[in-house]
Order: sequence, then C-alpha cells, then structure tokens
Amino acid sequence: MSVNEKIEAQLKEFPVLLYMKGNPDFPECGFSSQVVSALKQCAQRFAYVNILEDPELRAGLKEYSNWPTFPQLYVNGELIGGSDIVVQMFESGELQKELQSVGQARDADA
Amino acid sequence: MSAINADRMDLIDSAVRSALRPVSIAIEDESHLHAGHAGAKTGMGHFHVVVVAEAFEGLRMLQRHRLIYDAVGNLMQTDIHALRIDAKAPSELQVST
Repeated sequence: MSVNEKIEAQLKEFPVLLYMKGNPDFPECGFSSQVVSALKQCAQRFAYVNILEDPELRAGLKEYSNWPTFPQLYVNGELIGGSDIVVQMFESGELQKELQSVGQARDADA
Repeated sequence: MSAINADRMDLIDSAVRSALRPVSIAIEDESHLHAGHAGAKTGMGHFHVVVVAEAFEGLRMLQRHRLIYDAVGNLMQTDIHALRIDAKAPSELQVST
C-alpha cells in the first residue's frame, strides 16, 4: 500500500482523526497538546496517529495535505487545520458545530 | 534573540511582503518558549506572525494559513520549525476605543 493509500484508508475509517506528535495522554509537543485539549473539551471521541512513529507517513502527509506542520486535524476526510485554527474554532464555537456533523452522519448510517 | 533567528525573521518578512503585499506584518521569535522540547533540537526556529492583508478578505482560516505557508515556502523545511499565524483582513481589525 502506498503512503497515500494508507492515509486515505485512515481518513475513510475515522471521521475525526488527529495526526499528532505523541499520543493524547502524552503529547510530545505543545501544539498537539492544545488540539487534544480542545477535542476533549468538546467531549469528542477521536482517533489519533502518532506521526513520530512513522517517518514515511509523516513525510507523505505533508505532501497529501499540502500542510507543512503537525498537528493536523481531519474531520470527515477534510483538513480542518493545525493548532492555531483548531483553537480559534473551538473558542468561536465553530469546532463544536463541525463535530456535530460527524455525529449526524453516523446517526444517518444507523 | 540569536542572530540566526534575526536573519530568519528578515527572510520571513520579505517572503510574506513580496507574496502578499500586506498592510502590516509583525514577527516575533518564540523559540525560547520551546527550548528543550523535541522540535527545538532541530535548530530551527519557532515564530509568530501577525499579518494583515487584503488577500485574506473573504477567505477561511485554512486558506489564509495556506497563503502564508506558500509565501514562506521552503523556509518551513530549512529554518522554521513552527509558525503561529494570525491572519486578518483589513476589514476585521478592531478599532481600539
């Protein structure tokens, strides 16, 4: 499987996916930690990938998303942004709205 | 601030100015806030840019950040470990009272 196929498979499987440094319990970067904290305050279940454990994926994602830094938050396969954007959206309430659409999509499937 | 980071801030400044023709731009070196963490070991810098530009008018945050990342281009691989971005359109500036 190519890196792009791997990324696409992950995005398809997980509607809320955070590519981060470290893991949600032990983020290895202050910016990753801020995004984890915003998602937790939204009481949102999310999947994560620790990009420090997969250098190939880390490099591939920068290309795939055309975004040079981590963390990167994806919702429904779309890049939401890095920590500045996620924190701003959390503070304005937009993040909560964005995440509600995930819940609705799931309900529609059921 | 280290001399190398002063040079890096000049590079960021001129890259953003030539790409976006901003109304204003301010850059801060925040590398000291991240000293000792994994990202600091690369020797690259942490910076904060505040850019006000007509080019941001009507764009979502994601698109504004992309414009800045496009402007600084390869510096993200060579000199900048992380960039905190505040990108505003002139119409969004709050008038101070």
